[in-house]
Amino acid sequence: MPVTAFHAPSSLADALALLAAGGRPVAGGTDLVVELAAAPDGGPPGALVSLHRLAELRSVAVEDGDLVMGAGVTVATLREHPLVREHAPVLAQAADRFAGPQVRNAATLGGNLCHASPAADLAPPLLVLDAVVVLAGGEGGEAERRVPVDAFFVGPRRTARLPGELLTAVRVPLRGGRRASFQKGGTRPSMDISVVSVAASAELRDGVLRHARIALGAVGPTPLRSPAAEAVLEGAPATAATVAAAARAVLRDARPIDDVRASAAYRLHLLGVLAQRVIRDVIDR
Amino acid sequence: MRQILRLTVNGEAAESLVAPHQSLADFLREDLGLTGTKHGCDLGDCGACTVLVDGEPRLSCITLALECEGREVTTIEGVARDGRVHPVQEAFDRCVAAQCGYCTPGLVLSCVALLRDNPSPSEAQIRAGLSGNICRCTGYTKIMDAVREAAVELAGQAPSPAEGSRRD
Repeated sequence: MPVTAFHAPSSLADALALLAAGGRPVAGGTDLVVELAAAPDGGPPGALVSLHRLAELRSVAVEDGDLVMGAGVTVATLREHPLVREHAPVLAQAADRFAGPQVRNAATLGGNLCHASPAADLAPPLLVLDAVVVLAGGEGGEAERRVPVDAFFVGPRRTARLPGELLTAVRVPLRGGRRASFQKGGTRPSMDISVVSVAASAELRDGVLRHARIALGAVGPTPLRSPAAEAVLEGAPATAATVAAAARAVLRDARPIDDVRASAAYRLHLLGVLAQRVIRDVIDR
Repeated sequence: MRQILRLTVNGEAAESLVAPHQSLADFLREDLGLTGTKHGCDLGDCGACTVLVDGEPRLSCITLALECEGREVTTIEGVARDGRVHPVQEAFDRCVAAQCGYCTPGLVLSCVALLRDNPSPSEAQIRAGLSGNICRCTGYTKIMDAVREAAVELAGQAPSPAEGSRRD
């Protein structure tokens, strides 16, 4: 196993210095430790940089009109935190359906996004909430840059995070009147990686949908938005016909594959069903 | 290169040299000889390796030992109180809630944490609380019986130090 050292810095500056020197960040470790054990040669050599002592990564607050969640906030905290439940209930909903109790106690918001699985359960809710990730370090030193979650996933297990950068926080702009919903499907309710996940959000004014967003998980190389379905929903009346048309449009943006968990055909079928449910839920909420 | 790890295990200070990538499950079993913690899938899926870290259920197979520096770990060997097995263990015994027994230590620890946080859980809450622990003998009915019995038993008692308080 070529892991050379384990560091647990207590300041963000120290963590960034260790990452700049080639260290690999460790948050909850729920994906990383499995990978380290599975790699025949233990993966690339280098030091592990644990983030668990960085208290600033674990705060949840409202700042400048955004809900700001530290990257080290656990999924268990997202599920229960009053500010998350108030301002981003769809994220708490996804956190409630995430893995099982033991994994929720370890897995983090930042880890779920940076691991960038196409099936990452926190991604579709954050995509429909227009969330933005905050990255520190890298070329900019301690200067931060912000990237919309929509532009963060660039390929399977690949993100816009540059070597040496650390995802420190996720910001969700607060928007009164926004309703959102999340659904996922798998073979059992807990501990299963999603076969399909879907989130939707919109505002409903005078019976018409505005600012509609719909995002899909596990049906493409990354979590992705569905421009086709969003175009159907935008400005459309909140009717059963709209729900059906949007759920059909979603299928045009999905590019599922066959794998051990489901066939592409089953994924498309499930996607149509779950898309109807989330859109209906947004309208009825 | 091995590094020093200092933590509290079952109320006692422990110190050891561990490898950077070593899992908590390996540390507990190989370094401390606490073999009540089981290796099941070693992928973070089955729950057989469940222990409490600062009172919270965690999967020790996918937790790095060094992540537990300065923390308090409770294994199945540490849930007995005052020389008597824990009421959750008694209830599992009374209800015959173990077949092969391999999943039992992890289930007991998840159950101890569940009942500490929610002393009178509904059927759905018990199922959700234990959803990260798989019993491949599929003896879930008796496990559910045991959790309900343990809840009634614990309702009449004060919390013990072994259960700890949750540190956030």
